[in-house]
Amino acid sequence: MAENLLEIKNLKIGATVYPPGEKPHDITIAQEISLTLKKGQVMGLIGESGAGKSTIGLSAMSYGRGGVQLTGGEVIVNGRDILQIGAQGLRELRGREVTYVSQSAAASFNPAMRLMEQVIETTLLHGLSTKKQAEERAVELFAALGLPDPENIGNRYPHQVSGGQLQRAMTAMALCPKPDLIVFDEPTTALDVTTQIDVLAAIKKAIRDTGVAALYITHDLAVVAQVSDEILVLRHGRMVEHGTTEHIINSPKEEYTQQLVSAHSIQHEEKKPTEKPILSVENISASYGGAIKVLSNVSVDIYPGQTLAVVGESGSGKSTLARVITGLLPPSEGRITFEGEELSPALPERSIEDLRQLQMIYQMADVAMNPRQTVGTIIGRPLELYFGMRGAEKRKRVIELLDEIEMGEKFIDRYPAELSGGQKQRVCIARSLAAKPKLIICDEVTSALDPLVADGILKLLLDLQKVEDVAYLFITHDLATVKSISDSIAVMYQGELVRYGQKSEVLAPPFDDYTDLLLSSVPEMKLGWLEEVIAHRKMESAGN
Amino acid sequence: MNFKRIPISALVGILATSGFLFIALFAPVIAPYGMAEIVGDVWEPMSDKFWLGTDNIGRDLLTRMMYGARTTIFIAGVATILSFGLGSVLGFTAAVKGGWVDMVMSRAVDLLMSIPTLIFALVVLSVLPGNLLTLIVVMGILDSTRVYRLSRAVAVDINVMDYVEAARLRGEGLRWIIFKEILPNALSPLVAELGLRFIFMILFLSSLSFLGLGIQPPEADWGSMVKANKDGINFGIPAALIPGFAIAILAISVNLVADWILNRTSDLKGGRG
Repeated sequence: MAENLLEIKNLKIGATVYPPGEKPHDITIAQEISLTLKKGQVMGLIGESGAGKSTIGLSAMSYGRGGVQLTGGEVIVNGRDILQIGAQGLRELRGREVTYVSQSAAASFNPAMRLMEQVIETTLLHGLSTKKQAEERAVELFAALGLPDPENIGNRYPHQVSGGQLQRAMTAMALCPKPDLIVFDEPTTALDVTTQIDVLAAIKKAIRDTGVAALYITHDLAVVAQVSDEILVLRHGRMVEHGTTEHIINSPKEEYTQQLVSAHSIQHEEKKPTEKPILSVENISASYGGAIKVLSNVSVDIYPGQTLAVVGESGSGKSTLARVITGLLPPSEGRITFEGEELSPALPERSIEDLRQLQMIYQMADVAMNPRQTVGTIIGRPLELYFGMRGAEKRKRVIELLDEIEMGEKFIDRYPAELSGGQKQRVCIARSLAAKPKLIICDEVTSALDPLVADGILKLLLDLQKVEDVAYLFITHDLATVKSISDSIAVMYQGELVRYGQKSEVLAPPFDDYTDLLLSSVPEMKLGWLEEVIAHRKMESAGN
Repeated sequence: MNFKRIPISALVGILATSGFLFIALFAPVIAPYGMAEIVGDVWEPMSDKFWLGTDNIGRDLLTRMMYGARTTIFIAGVATILSFGLGSVLGFTAAVKGGWVDMVMSRAVDLLMSIPTLIFALVVLSVLPGNLLTLIVVMGILDSTRVYRLSRAVAVDINVMDYVEAARLRGEGLRWIIFKEILPNALSPLVAELGLRFIFMILFLSSLSFLGLGIQPPEADWGSMVKANKDGINFGIPAALIPGFAIAILAISVNLVADWILNRTSDLKGGRG
């Protein structure tokens, strides 16, 4: 094999932090990082948030984001240490030898410039080819990445293409100057599963065809297993394990890697529906402002102590269904009955008892809690409001609830900013449990969390269901989650219910085309999965 | 609270502000002469007898300054509290309620703001009976339009946060949403505005007094003292500058305190992070 393209030796990365009320001090973000990458190889960097994977990836361009400094070690690209080459050297390196694809293409494109101008900008800036040549290359790349109408798509503005297409355009931008190395920073994380798979396939093909090397940063081991040759597992800024993809997936050595590989291991026995549903949604249609219909004729039932999972990609209307059930968006047609009695369509007309029975947990726990209230106030408020608890009685119950969510009394006086992501979501769960509801709507409650933390939350939800006999309406785009916790499943596509029934029925063939697409798009932790799926797909995602 | 953690600038601000407050509260006790007492010649220079000299009709300037602090700080303070109470509660209500409530209130405020404040105040004050209460109420209401705008803008952003939606779904009333969910999160911009508004209020009162519609003689206040002594500047007499200087010092010290409170309220870890 050819010589090493990228060699990172004993890299140390630090930053200065300025905590309020304390003296600024230096912290170490990552240390003792060493890796080598040969020409045409793809290395996956994997780890949870805060593992330092993006920071390490960006060090291949000698770039430290927001005050981050590369404080020690060597980063050798094409035989020279790029930490020592100075500003002029870096200008020549970045965009010519090493390019970058960021997580959110939507936020990274200039909305006022056409795609083509932005895609060839770097190439022209470095004087690598004439404008005409660069445009020809861009069109070739558009075609290679599977973008529709490659000749003309470059004339569009970023808002005129979908998220998946924009992410591919960004990959074309990175490939255009014919770099030696591309750093992919979570390029598919913000996309729907069904879109992700196409982008993933396009990236993989582009890497293979052009022979470029890549660092692929992600938190999703199943994704990285599809594209990379080697995987480096990171945790708390240190290397945990390094090996070929096959070795990491099939025979991981370290305990942490084993946990990552076996995430989503929760098993849940399906329960049969009881006589009476606790909540019935009958023929609901809804629209925003009367013009755009987002839900049409949806009917589902939820049974006491069971979980109904609502799955679908962005824009399928699954969150709107939750808003209709909570009364935030009165439906244009249809009715909702709760324990046999009809619920008022609009929130202000519902009785406090109805509100108590129906609680909600949000996707972003950060913004679902008032940052100025302590955990005690947040959990205690429903107790005060619904049951009139005060003082010591309330405190005692709050502590009970904190124990129930496996956190304990010491958290009672903390503010949300002093909690981790998983702890925040647990507090939100406790807040909704405090009301002793019959039904909790969980809106993508695990999608903002790292896989291992998300697993913990799901386990907790299942345990609580057994104890409290509460029903869940579980909204998610993640089928792996659905499989592990639901009793019945409703699949939604563009505002309509395409498939609905018990878990075993819904997940058993024969499938309709959309359910098949959705099911097959969930990345599996095995080699060669991507090729298999692409080979047998029947339809494309609406997001393409 | 740990006093060692108060920054120097805030300490200076606290000291100066409390100095002013002390003088204002105890003016009758510590002032060397009577408030309207003519004790010397016109515009006497600074001396052992008259530390700051005398004013245009021979009253002791130091005494007048002390009594002036009393009226000025009291009126400006009460008017600021009124304008903030009124402006922020109405602004929050408009943001939370939305719809026609918001529309009616916001257009009414636009209407009030479209008339230049000083002219509006002049018209109203010359029609209404000239006493302290009217003065404070007029100043407070006119200024509350600015506070209303700010609070509404801040609250509209907070109102769409999930935790406010969660409170609504829980069945909380308007009072809880405004005072427990929105107010604590809107405090930082409001406190910053408070320091500034208080000073604007002093300046506003001073201009009203200067125009003869604020504090009526022989009552002392800093604005009317500038007016009374302004002719002295032609003869090199500093008497008119001293009240101006006092206003400047008060402005700076109040804002030093406001900045410090701002720092503390924008901390999300309850001030112990």
